[in-house]
Amino acid sequence: MVVKLLGPAYASCSRRVLACLVEKDIQFEIVHVDLLKGEQKKPEFLALQPFGKVPAVQDGDLTLFESRAIMRYYAEKYAGQGTSLLGKTLEEKALVEQWLEVEGQNFNPHGNALLYQLLYAPLINLPQDKAVIESSAQKLGEVLDVYEERLSKSKYLAGDFYSLADLSHLPFTEYIVNATDKGYLIRNRKHVNAWWEDISSRPAWKKVLAM
Amino acid sequence: MAMIKVHGYQLSTATAMVRACLNEKDLEYEFVIVDLSKGAHKQPPFLALNPFGQVPVIQDGDLTLFESRAIVKYLAKKYEGQGTNLLGSTIGEQAMVEQWSHVESQSFTAPCSEVVFQILIVPMIGGKTDQAVVDSSLKKLSNVLDIYEERLSKSKYLAGSFFSLADLQHLSYIHALVNLAGQGEVVTSRVHVKTWWEDISSRPAWKKVAEAMKL
Repeated sequence: MVVKLLGPAYASCSRRVLACLVEKDIQFEIVHVDLLKGEQKKPEFLALQPFGKVPAVQDGDLTLFESRAIMRYYAEKYAGQGTSLLGKTLEEKALVEQWLEVEGQNFNPHGNALLYQLLYAPLINLPQDKAVIESSAQKLGEVLDVYEERLSKSKYLAGDFYSLADLSHLPFTEYIVNATDKGYLIRNRKHVNAWWEDISSRPAWKKVLAM
Repeated sequence: MAMIKVHGYQLSTATAMVRACLNEKDLEYEFVIVDLSKGAHKQPPFLALNPFGQVPVIQDGDLTLFESRAIVKYLAKKYEGQGTNLLGSTIGEQAMVEQWSHVESQSFTAPCSEVVFQILIVPMIGGKTDQAVVDSSLKKLSNVLDIYEERLSKSKYLAGSFFSLADLQHLSYIHALVNLAGQGEVVTSRVHVKTWWEDISSRPAWKKVAEAMKL
């Protein structure tokens, strides 16, 4: 049975899930959802994801949404195949969860605010709010200062192993570094930059970018 | 084995979430107060525990852990043999717990906390409540709670027929909204959300924590 991912392949939250599926050697099929046409707000999609956000996943009888929940489900279910993404001991798993929460609670909101202003607003003809851009960049920088310290002592966020915690950062960081003028936030921090170079050169991520 | 230590603050919603989980799991702990009103969370001794300067942090043996949702998940897993099962029993149920936990953290809590912040905290720190922000946050929260209403009309708890972390994670935020900021209407005006809230907030493990979470 093939996993169906409903959402555009380019959306950050779709990419989070796709990167996990590819790392775990899981077969899947993408069902495109056209966000600019508002397909995510139509009844057929809302029946699967009542909040009208992408992606949603259908896997046999199971329908699942929230990209970080989807990643965890597949990382657990297929723990025995592909890349191990969760850590081995209870303590390692706890650290993966901790840094995943840091991504979701500290990195994501500022990254999201920044990318909304820099990439999405122009797409839908809204004026950019310079104050929001400046303050989001500033706050994201403060978060990345903590990452810099962490990554000077640890190869990856949760420890010496690549995990969901690192993977979860790929989509937004890709856009920040390669599609905006705020890439310096990553590039100017030695250990954050080295970590970014490492995780973004993984074959699974390159495959996702090509979808 | 040394007792679990929780570094936190009585009025912190994230600290309360962790304490509720410890109570559900019948776990003893030592509560170390980090006085947020004095800025203790931004001082070096605390930053050594959590470099992001946020409460709570737990210490369990050699492990130091921050981020309340990571902490409750760790506790629920490590101590799964005792107290309330908070994770679901099958891999499908666990997936539902994850899904609704993320709805809480990505859709529910931001607008809910914004209302509480504007109404309660801003005046406390000498500012003026921005009513426009309150109104727009209440609107966002209402939209989210409409979806909860639909879900809870078909399911006793968020992840299914069982109380789980997904429900627990909401307790302190709704408590702050309803009981501290006086904005309970969004909850009580929705029949199934109201029933769910009354059910989960009457759990003994939560009531102990709610008593300590007073202004």
